[in-house]
Amino acid sequence: MSGPLATRNHPTYWAFVLHRLSGLGLAIFVPAHLYVLSLALEGEAALDGFLRWTEVPLVKAAETLLVILLAVHMAGGLRLLALEFLPWRDWQKSLIAIAFGFAVACGLLFLMRAV
Amino acid sequence: MEDASGAADALTFEVWRGGEDGHYATYTVPHQEKQTVLDAVTYIQRRLDPGLSYRFACRIGMCGSCAMMVNGAPRWTCRTNAARIAKDRKIRLAPLRNLPVIKDLVTDMTVFFEKWQKASGTFVPSDPGATEFASVPPESKERKAASAGIECIGCGVCYAACDVVKWNPDYLGPAQLNRAWTLVNDVRDADRKGHLAAVAVDAGCHACHSHQNCTTYCPKGLNPTESIAGLKRATMSAALKGDL
Amino acid sequence: MTGRIELWLYIAQRVSAMVLAPLVLLHLATIVYAIRDGLSASEILSRTQGSVLWASFYGLFVVAAAVHGTIGLRVILREMTLWRGKSLNVAAIGFCLVVLFLGFRAVEAVT
Repeated sequence: MSGPLATRNHPTYWAFVLHRLSGLGLAIFVPAHLYVLSLALEGEAALDGFLRWTEVPLVKAAETLLVILLAVHMAGGLRLLALEFLPWRDWQKSLIAIAFGFAVACGLLFLMRAV
Repeated sequence: MEDASGAADALTFEVWRGGEDGHYATYTVPHQEKQTVLDAVTYIQRRLDPGLSYRFACRIGMCGSCAMMVNGAPRWTCRTNAARIAKDRKIRLAPLRNLPVIKDLVTDMTVFFEKWQKASGTFVPSDPGATEFASVPPESKERKAASAGIECIGCGVCYAACDVVKWNPDYLGPAQLNRAWTLVNDVRDADRKGHLAAVAVDAGCHACHSHQNCTTYCPKGLNPTESIAGLKRATMSAALKGDL
Repeated sequence: MTGRIELWLYIAQRVSAMVLAPLVLLHLATIVYAIRDGLSASEILSRTQGSVLWASFYGLFVVAAAVHGTIGLRVILREMTLWRGKSLNVAAIGFCLVVLFLGFRAVEAVT
């Protein structure tokens, strides 16, 4: 009845949302990633077969997204560690921008080299 | 002034009526320059609908009694300019989020203060027989940390703003933890360990995700997130030293 | 004293995060380096096979990620769903073991 908080529109809230969603995405991805790698147990050909399947644009886009997810989660996590363990600084909102910028840069670098 | 309908610059108020279940009732309030939302609510109750229940006391931003949700944000209505907060000349008023509703705009703050006790928000005096004044340097790190948080008047705005309170009903709350932090930093307090133990519980200070909704909305400009970060550091080092 | 479990989980979460930070940085750098001219099993394995260094790196990565991810998922489920209590804790431990198992199998596969 009080309705959703209309004004969640501030940077630290969005930083939280990104951090939680990226963490969730990674938690779902990682078991699959580890399983694929273990295909090498069956010999190089098994892993190569899977890797060839990934050479399509859609998969490359998904991989870029995953790289960004990892970089976002790490950068956001470092911001949180700084917030919790270092003396408080009021300019930490800028840290969010820097963290996000770094993450996107990682993704772009990956994308440029992958295609 | 008696008949507000048709007044060119009137404001429309959608006000929650009822308890947990209810509806929004619409009122038209004539607008005056520098009118606060509290002025408008008072107008509604005195001229339009005497059955409306709401809280206020000082009317000048000192007591925090008039806190409620204004267009989705927890605010003191006595310090909110009605014309500026309105969206398309409309203002929606609801009781403070995360608290049980007694009636209309009035919430039951019992749980807020129960959690205050649970978070050990009470000063523990040291030797009552002491005849010397405690000497606390004002520029010391601890005193500055305590002073940064002691202006809290328990208005509940941060509690209403907090998402973790909404998701975890047992969460002690930003105001409560902020108070505990000021006591942890009060060198006169005799039970620092007890304060740390009280906040190092399930749904204690570690449940905070640093959204900083509390800091964004605190009408006194306090920073509960910073206080909670301090508690996280203090409890972690106490635990690692085996003191918890 | 069950409240202390949450405190220790918090500590484990932050410590595993600090361990993961440099590992992830290195992993990102490796990814961006290795993706050049496409990925192939031979390229990956020629770098990692038989290497004690890579085995230790990925081994540590697996343990830290398993701990960190499990605790994170548990928090999300406790806050966003009605699931809590013993069954959630058992499920969380299960997830952690699955990741550890798959992880060490992957480490064995590539090193």
